[in-house]
Amino acid sequence: MQICKKLLIVPCYNEESCIGGTLQELSQVIDRDFKILVINDGSEDATSEQASNTNMALVIDLPVNLGVGGAVQTGLKYAQNKNMEIAVKFDGDGQHDPNSIAELIQPLKDDIADIVIGSRFMNSNQGYQSTFWRRIGIKFFEIICHLLTGKKITDPTSGLRAYNRKAIKFMSSHYPSFDYPEPEEIILAHKNNLRIKEVPAVMRDRQAGSSTISSALSVYYMCKVTLAMLFIAMRPPIRKEQTNNA
Amino acid sequence: MLENLERIQIISIIGSIFFLFLISKLIRKNMLKEAYAILWLLFGSVFLLFSCWKKGLDYFASIFGIYYPPALLFLILIMALILVLIQFSIVVSSQNDKIRLLTQEVALLKNELDKTQQKNSPQASA
Repeated sequence: MQICKKLLIVPCYNEESCIGGTLQELSQVIDRDFKILVINDGSEDATSEQASNTNMALVIDLPVNLGVGGAVQTGLKYAQNKNMEIAVKFDGDGQHDPNSIAELIQPLKDDIADIVIGSRFMNSNQGYQSTFWRRIGIKFFEIICHLLTGKKITDPTSGLRAYNRKAIKFMSSHYPSFDYPEPEEIILAHKNNLRIKEVPAVMRDRQAGSSTISSALSVYYMCKVTLAMLFIAMRPPIRKEQTNNA
Repeated sequence: MLENLERIQIISIIGSIFFLFLISKLIRKNMLKEAYAILWLLFGSVFLLFSCWKKGLDYFASIFGIYYPPALLFLILIMALILVLIQFSIVVSSQNDKIRLLTQEVALLKNELDKTQQKNSPQASA
């Protein structure tokens, strides 16, 4: 039996209509040494069945809905338990392009980064650029990120990310746990000396499902995420012993 | 301390005793953990104290520069409620973390269990 050392984490919540297609597309494009892990975040529909029926992915069902953060962390814990070398987080709703993955993990192979973010705004500005208001929100987080870390992250809300072993170990214990964890994750990683790098990635409009953030909730999330970013920046770095114990 | 009881004092003494009695009963019946009852018992006792000892209320109110002594009771009450609510927020946050960890652990273990069962089932049927 082939031992997979790379894990593709696909968190999904109520995505029965598109998860099958996403997995089909993924398995055609990615290397064979990738194991696909679907984290079904307590969906009420047939997401789990749809995913297992493709026979292309391992499905882990969370008994209750934890939010994206908790789902991704489950995948990272799996990666940590199985001693994976690389973990990639890939959305199940068809937003991300599987062809971006090879480029995404290259900096990890070259050992010039611990976490790689796929950015839709770098270089070419191809593909789906999101709606006007959402772009304003992304710009806002970019500024906050820049103020708190001194780094230029062009797409801080991007969910397309890759982690090396060091990042898997750290994030499996300390990943931001609520919905919409991406901008917080950047501050947390920077604070704890994980190297972050952005590479260009093409994104598409979601094929089905709805965003984790509805417009009515977006102001609440903006405040919540900003607050979390500020407090993570104010906290001292998490010490090694804590990382080991958790 | 208890001389010349006014009607409001009698009512508030009875009220405070009833409150303390209620909290103790909840603890006794295991419906309330001692750790979460400490603040309730503490502030219940403070209210009982000031119900009996009216001059004490006047005295502390004058120390704080409060002209209308019963306003001190409201201040204490509001502080008590805020403290208890903060305690609740802390408990909710820590439970949130614990539930998340347990959920993740259950999901990962269930996956391991399924795998072990699948591995064992062909041998069992053979």
